[in-house]
Amino acid sequence: MTWTPDQPIVSLKDVRKSFGDLEVLKGVSFDVMKGEVICIIGPSGSGKSTLIRCINGLNDIQAGSITVEGQEVHDPKLDKLELRKKVGMVFQQYNLFPHKTALQNVMMAPVLVLKEDKAEVERRARALLAKVRLQGKEDSYPGELSGGQQQRVAIARSLAMNPDVMLFDEVTAALDPETVKEVLVTIRELAEEGMTCMLVTHEMGFAREVADHIYFTDRGVIVEHGPPSTFFTDAKDPRTQEFLGQIL
Amino acid sequence: MRRVAGVNAPGRTDLPVLKPYDVKAVTPDGYIFTRWVATLPWWTPALVVLAALLWPLIASAQSGYTVYDAFDALWRWSPFLLWSGFFFNVLISVFAMAIGTVFGAALGLGQISPNRVLRLAAWFFTQLFRNSPWLVILFIVLLAFPFQVKVFGVTIPIPDWMKGVIGLSLPIMANISEVVRGAVQSVPTAQWEAAESLAFSRRQILWQIILPQCYKRMLPPWMNWYAILTMATPLCTLLGIEEVITLSRQAMEAEDNHPELLVPFYGFILILFFAYCYPIARFTMRLEKKYAVKL
Ligand SMILES: Nc1ncnc2c1ncn2[C@@H]1O[C@H](COP(=O)(O)OP(=O)(O)OP(=O)(O)O)[C@@H](O)[C@H]1O
Ligand SMILES: [Mg+2]
Repeated sequence: MTWTPDQPIVSLKDVRKSFGDLEVLKGVSFDVMKGEVICIIGPSGSGKSTLIRCINGLNDIQAGSITVEGQEVHDPKLDKLELRKKVGMVFQQYNLFPHKTALQNVMMAPVLVLKEDKAEVERRARALLAKVRLQGKEDSYPGELSGGQQQRVAIARSLAMNPDVMLFDEVTAALDPETVKEVLVTIRELAEEGMTCMLVTHEMGFAREVADHIYFTDRGVIVEHGPPSTFFTDAKDPRTQEFLGQIL
Repeated sequence: MRRVAGVNAPGRTDLPVLKPYDVKAVTPDGYIFTRWVATLPWWTPALVVLAALLWPLIASAQSGYTVYDAFDALWRWSPFLLWSGFFFNVLISVFAMAIGTVFGAALGLGQISPNRVLRLAAWFFTQLFRNSPWLVILFIVLLAFPFQVKVFGVTIPIPDWMKGVIGLSLPIMANISEVVRGAVQSVPTAQWEAAESLAFSRRQILWQIILPQCYKRMLPPWMNWYAILTMATPLCTLLGIEEVITLSRQAMEAEDNHPELLVPFYGFILILFFAYCYPIARFTMRLEKKYAVKL
């Protein structure tokens, strides 16, 4: 079966995941279409990070299925590296490579993994860094950059692989309130350009603004979901109401 | 030694706290020797000279042989002891370190291999040579190794000093293996995950991302082991290898074994080792401080 863009780009069906005896995901299903932006919200420990890490195979799953562009992520025959070329991921703690400059961080994977021409990659990397408003910081090491700047390098680093889907796991949670905005602006621009984005976030205002669809998770299940226009006002489940009541 | 607030470092609050039982804080770390050398004052050798001067006065100069005769003998022998003796020790230490580093690095990488069999084997050899007395290893190598090997009909002799090098490189190998393993495991797993999600292969992650972050933090422990190794090279005298101790014993024999010779000769060797290891120890501790906090 070949995948066509009118089918879900990411599809989860009854995904179950346990760490030992602890069942973290208890049957999660949803679809993401190409170009869609979805936000996953929910209380701490509800399994948001685990969910997003299953999609690029950083975590394995016990049951159910996850497909990206029609390919089963947890098929043992699947080449994980091929999958990860299509799925970019940005972490809460940036996780830049501390021994490489911003430019080198962005260039490394396309040069070493995709074996692309170095000069061409450098041109693209500089353009990406300019796009996330970091021109002039190309030769700075991560230790010399602020949290917000590091996070934007991390976004550029993922984008350099030309992924089809971007995963963001609470990428602003470690930042100062003032620097949160610069990162969110970058993500919004990406979303507007049509990148498929899956975001775990606590920034409700941002979720409302950019998301096409919002999923609320609690204790390993999706309790409620809907477009932002109705999600925040018409929440029916008491757990969602309680959570939104605390946050908004 | 690791600092624990309220135990061996100032507490963070003035509230009464239940002190944690922290094994790492009370067990000595791997730098015990280097740190001791590094904290000695630079004029320590002067004490050795002083002792050498005073000792014959105390040890009664009954015989006609005086302290001046002893120093005269040392003066005559010192170039020989330095160039043929001590530099041979240095040579042994350099070779043993080079061999130990190459094989130790391989063993260390084996210890973190995803292959279970390889990992267990590497762990076993690391523990075996790390926990055996160096002298025992030396003797086993001396007795177990043939004095020559035949490769494609060509007979290659293995001189005793080469066996000494091999014998000393084995415990170094095991300890470097631990240094490599420790350094790799000290890199946060988040670095692995970030690289994995960029589609790097395991081999690429290790060589391009993890190991480059390790070289700096491996340098101080590596130098620490070099200093320890250099200090251990006199063990080779027990194998009859003509290093500095063996040669000075022969020199003293040639000077009729006057007891007055002992302190000047061994004092001289002590000073040689100090002069060589002291800068290394100081430099190691400086690097250790510099790299300790920064990740
Ligand atoms: N590697 C792991 N081993 C064992 N348990 C884990 C592991 N990772 C996560 N967990 C557990 O799984 C549960 C869900 O964790 P997860 O990180 O997915 O939550 P989260 O929704 O992202 O929370 P937060 O908002 O705090 O980031 C938690 O109870 C956590 O303790
Ligand atoms: Mg999380």
